[in-house]
Amino acid sequence: MSTAVTSPTTPDARADHAPLLRIRGVRKYFPITRGIVIQRKIGDVHAVDGVDLDVLPGETVGLVGETGCGKSTLAKVITKLHNPTAGTLEFEGRDYTHYSRTRMRPLRRQMQMIFQDPYASLNPRKSVGAIIGDPFRIHKIVSKKQIKPEVQQLMELVGLNPEHYNRYAHEFSGGQRQRIGVARALALKPRLIVCDEPVSALDVSIQAQILNLLEDLQTEFQLTYLFIAHDLSVVRHVSDRVVVMYLGKIAEIAPRADLYRDPKHPYTGTLLSAVPIPDPERGRARQRVILQGDVPSPINPPSGCPFHPRCPLAQFPTCREEAPKLRELAPEHFAACHFPLSGLGDLLTNALTEPTAGRDSQLMPPPTA
Amino acid sequence: MISLTRPEPTDRNEVILDVRNLRVHFPTPDGLVKAVDGISFQIRRGETIGVVGESGSGKSVSFLTVMGLVSSREAHIEGEIIFKGRDLLKLPQEETRHLRGKEMGMVFQDPMTSLHPMYRIGTQIAEAVLTHEHTSKKAAMKLAVEMLGRVGISKPEESARRYPHEFSGGMRQRAMIAMALILNPDLLIADEPTTALDVTVQAQILDLLDRLKADFNAAVAVITHDLGVVAEHCDRIQVMYAGRIVETGHSQVIYYRSRHPYTWGLLQSIPRLDAEEMHRLRPIEGLPPSLIFVPPGCAFHPRCPYVMDVCRTEVPELGPAHAFNASACHLPAEEKDRIFSQILAERG
Repeated sequence: MSTAVTSPTTPDARADHAPLLRIRGVRKYFPITRGIVIQRKIGDVHAVDGVDLDVLPGETVGLVGETGCGKSTLAKVITKLHNPTAGTLEFEGRDYTHYSRTRMRPLRRQMQMIFQDPYASLNPRKSVGAIIGDPFRIHKIVSKKQIKPEVQQLMELVGLNPEHYNRYAHEFSGGQRQRIGVARALALKPRLIVCDEPVSALDVSIQAQILNLLEDLQTEFQLTYLFIAHDLSVVRHVSDRVVVMYLGKIAEIAPRADLYRDPKHPYTGTLLSAVPIPDPERGRARQRVILQGDVPSPINPPSGCPFHPRCPLAQFPTCREEAPKLRELAPEHFAACHFPLSGLGDLLTNALTEPTAGRDSQLMPPPTA
Repeated sequence: MISLTRPEPTDRNEVILDVRNLRVHFPTPDGLVKAVDGISFQIRRGETIGVVGESGSGKSVSFLTVMGLVSSREAHIEGEIIFKGRDLLKLPQEETRHLRGKEMGMVFQDPMTSLHPMYRIGTQIAEAVLTHEHTSKKAAMKLAVEMLGRVGISKPEESARRYPHEFSGGMRQRAMIAMALILNPDLLIADEPTTALDVTVQAQILDLLDRLKADFNAAVAVITHDLGVVAEHCDRIQVMYAGRIVETGHSQVIYYRSRHPYTWGLLQSIPRLDAEEMHRLRPIEGLPPSLIFVPPGCAFHPRCPYVMDVCRTEVPELGPAHAFNASACHLPAEEKDRIFSQILAERG
């Protein structure tokens, strides 16, 4: 979330730091069962399918992908709201993959989460003071008398009026509710905050307020963020490094500037070309890659590269038969692709692209005369 | 027999919808909520207008009222809504019901909650035909299948027999569009049609709307909170704040020569993929006002960085009536142009 000038994660700094969070080979399958009394397992949803990722202290890692790519499931596995089916999770070198709830508790102080929907993630029957104060009560780190002043201090920190301590969530607007969620996550002074689509339910004007708040808090408390979003412009704004996921697997990881300037995976290129730009002329001048069809089902993911059925550059039979591994194609720039892009140009010349007029027409039969 | 194509494109400049001084006020125990407070605008055939504003700016309520979905029992509605020459507010309810669905269609934000989970997609689309036309179930179903094909759903016969939960978000939104367009409406209202969708699908849906607008020779109103989304797709844009239109103009004007500080704020708060450097975002400070206690003078003045004394007392007028480009702001025009060119220069 830092600008180029204040980035705490220059390559040198990185070398010194051991990762804060280290996950290896993480899989999360959800069984699909049939039958009421005797439940037979008939398949699995491969929500997360083998993810390796390091998050370094002080950095913001952005995680993007379409609906159903497994980004939220990964967040829940990292915070152990789901148990992984396979793989290991390490926080500061400690393997917490198999921790019980009780053993997880001290770790939860270090690792908090901010949720997408500020309407669903706050208890409507509790006052704001009680919601933000709950972490203190659960972890018993301050005396009961101290809770209220601590909470009010937090409220002030995130830009809420401390006098609203006794109000209920419904009395606040969406943006203010998200501030409540931020205050609750900050209460225990965590080191890592997993933000799951923290701004996608907000108006653009309010979204900018929350992004700036998260940025300020990061500087003040040396926070590390894992920032999940589907909006590539938001992710570009906040992240030091960006991870692109597709069907439960990592398609590409790169430092922010490299990923947006020089995407290697055709999927990343496609996503980038679809982002709207608030400028009609620039928007129209740009070419767009049109992706065919929907994301395939994670129940029976395609063989080989999961993107091959939609990829405009797929070469057969390699892409259909061999699953590509993440390879380092440039310093710190990894992509899982057999035939990586050497520039966006590759994709644009080979894909179905069209300038503005008449886009989308290849999907349609000609109108009946 | 109904055909899916219009006979002849009629006069392209025909005004389809002419809203004059519309007010929609909801009485509540806490006071009168002035959701829409005196707005006037026109939409012409073949045109796409973008209606932009934050939550609570009245953008949805004004179009729900046009659709006849705000009942006069729950709200005080004043003004005129002239649709193809007839004032909808003066028509008896049966007639507006006939117009709704047939001559105007609406697509909502959340396609999951606007489709009935227990009926097949095809049945739901055919129902629109059966309600408004004297035709057989079989013919209606055939039309529904054809329409599904035209909105880009593969294997339309098979898809028509599926239920909404078997569709992805983008397919559901396509089905909603099929439903809204099946009777050749003259006006299509899309209320945040892509907010719940991924970028790739969002682009597909907006392109689809563009294309269908041309095929059906209809007028389209796209309601959104994000100026980025509609940049490439709208001919005109009107920006709403606290129940009023604060700026209206051709999209070129709104993006390159905007003359209202609220529009500037909206443009500046979007993180941009095409920005050269990473700036700190400039949000609009504060929160949208309560619609019960709307600030006196210009409703935007408490959040406006360029506020002057006159803004606190006098409501700015939105230029001459039906002017193509107008902004409701007290700042002198030269000053506005100076500030906005600075903003554009910063953006690079």
